[in-house]
Amino acid sequence: MARLRSPWAKSRFTEFDALDGVDLDVPWGEALGIVGRNGAGKSTLLKLLTRVTAPTRGRIELHGRMGSLLEVGTGFSGELTGRENIYLNGAILGMTRKEIRSSFDEIVDFSGVAKFLDTPVKRYSSGMYVRLAFSVAAHLRTEILAIDEVLAVGDAEFQRKSLAKMRDVAKDGRTVLYVSHLVQTVTALCTSAVYLDRGRLTYAGSVDGALDVYRRSFEQFAMEQQDPERRPGTGTLRASSLIPASDVFDPAESKRFVLGVGSNPDLVGSYFVSIHVNDASGAVVAQCDSRAVGGWYEASKEQEIQLTLRAPWLKPGRYTVDAFVCQTGVLDAWEGASAFEVLPATPYPEMTLDEATAQGVVLADYDYEGR
Amino acid sequence: MATIVITPPGRLGLPRWRELWAAREVLLRFGLRDILLRYRQTAVGVAWVVVQPLLGAGIFALVFGTVADLPTNGVPYFLFSFMGMLAWNLFSQTIARSSASLVANQALVAKVFFPRLLVPLSSALGVLLDYAVALGLGVVLLIVYGVSPGWAVLLLPVWTMLLLMVALGVGVAAAAIQVKYRDVGYVMPWLLQMGLYATPVAYSLEALEGSPEAVQWLFTANPLTWFLEAFRWSLLGQAAPPLWQIVGMVGAALLVLLGGTLVFQRYERQFADVI
Repeated sequence: MARLRSPWAKSRFTEFDALDGVDLDVPWGEALGIVGRNGAGKSTLLKLLTRVTAPTRGRIELHGRMGSLLEVGTGFSGELTGRENIYLNGAILGMTRKEIRSSFDEIVDFSGVAKFLDTPVKRYSSGMYVRLAFSVAAHLRTEILAIDEVLAVGDAEFQRKSLAKMRDVAKDGRTVLYVSHLVQTVTALCTSAVYLDRGRLTYAGSVDGALDVYRRSFEQFAMEQQDPERRPGTGTLRASSLIPASDVFDPAESKRFVLGVGSNPDLVGSYFVSIHVNDASGAVVAQCDSRAVGGWYEASKEQEIQLTLRAPWLKPGRYTVDAFVCQTGVLDAWEGASAFEVLPATPYPEMTLDEATAQGVVLADYDYEGR
Repeated sequence: MATIVITPPGRLGLPRWRELWAAREVLLRFGLRDILLRYRQTAVGVAWVVVQPLLGAGIFALVFGTVADLPTNGVPYFLFSFMGMLAWNLFSQTIARSSASLVANQALVAKVFFPRLLVPLSSALGVLLDYAVALGLGVVLLIVYGVSPGWAVLLLPVWTMLLLMVALGVGVAAAAIQVKYRDVGYVMPWLLQMGLYATPVAYSLEALEGSPEAVQWLFTANPLTWFLEAFRWSLLGQAAPPLWQIVGMVGAALLVLLGGTLVFQRYERQFADVI
């Protein structure tokens, strides 16, 4: 609206250094993991290294060609066939025609879409699409390869295959730069790691060391967030506490939380809250928005709002809980407001091996009936 | 092994030619994609390439040749406007396609690095194909109407290249500016439409005889007029343009292309952030 009223007004902005003072030397053949919280500058670092954006100051030296696997499938054209897309995408990623031609069969083989090579990719299933895109990128023959969270594509079988492929790349004596939230893949793939904290490099060394700093940062972050002044949101209304009924739960039991919210008589209208449950890798497992169940609250007095989470069953492990207080905008965003543990018990009637429950994000409540 | 050094870009700078050359495959693939996509999933497919210029010239012949009866230096009107449109389409289509090309490939520009200059440049390939087909039709028309252009036809590739350079210079700059200011996308079609009427495409300079000196001067100062005259010299055997115009065309081509490239380089560093 403001823009409509005064279309010639200059838009205001503040400058901000996404990265500063990052001095880093990566030797040949190293697989370097880059970890850090959201907004730490990991992706910016990769974008600078791959020259997608330009730095405002500083200097980067690359001894060799840089290939990137930043986002699978950008540069794919829906109307083109698989074959045409392999050539187009290969060229964009920096392969010469000779290189593409010589690895063409390998690419097709790896992707497993040989039968549909002459079908426009818009008719592909999303799995096929992603697999083909990954295969092209994975067969880049550059001396340095930058990877940003792309291994989380395809089914479990394909993920395993691509992780193995990435490991081969690193073993080939090529340099790999890998950014991920998934701690397991960093451990599996990398030989050394760095930790970025709000644009600064605060740790460089072994993978275990970096992951340790990374894990500790969660605790520190949760501590900091206890102070409402340091939390994002407009601050017109703040949550005061989020207390789980217990520190430990069984997978299948109902999990209760009590969210305390302060009062602000000046706030017009009612507000709603949302509580998110995140697993250890940071993925949001459950988003419990009070709007969805008709939960609206008045700010005239302090509120104690109780959430009962009945389903799904949670897998054993550590979970963090975020609390949000919102009206038209976010009034208070409290990440890491609380945490709880789910005990390693099985809610199922039969004892099974771990692999029977390893794949899902949560434990499903299901039955089988024969015929 | 080549060492690549990345430093903050300066305010002005020319592209790294070696990098552009190394990535020529991208140019080709982009051009190929544009050509393939244009007529895929169409009923008559490639026939559109032939139908479009004929229909365009036909309508002009009807409106300007028959209804308005504009002068053409004695050339049959249909042939006259066909050749005019041939040159004009090369110019306007190149600008239209290249200026929209970066925004159309948004995802790519924001996520992957490659010499981005190749994106607007590649849109010329599709236009050149259309041009070649229309030129083939033009040769048939010349034979049908019994018009011989003479030896000047040998200079046609030169005019084609110079006009393409002007169009690419404008298109490349427009593409870069459009990344930040989408206004370009609204202004450009309008400007091209104006240009079509302000340039003697559908009429010859004869039509201006008797109009005030200032108006005539204005038309002569338009570089596109020089190109149109040169094209008609080479294609219809009309009078050759004066030497200063030919020199002017070469100068304009070099200047506009260089200027466009500099503008592009100037804006390129922010592409991924603002697109």
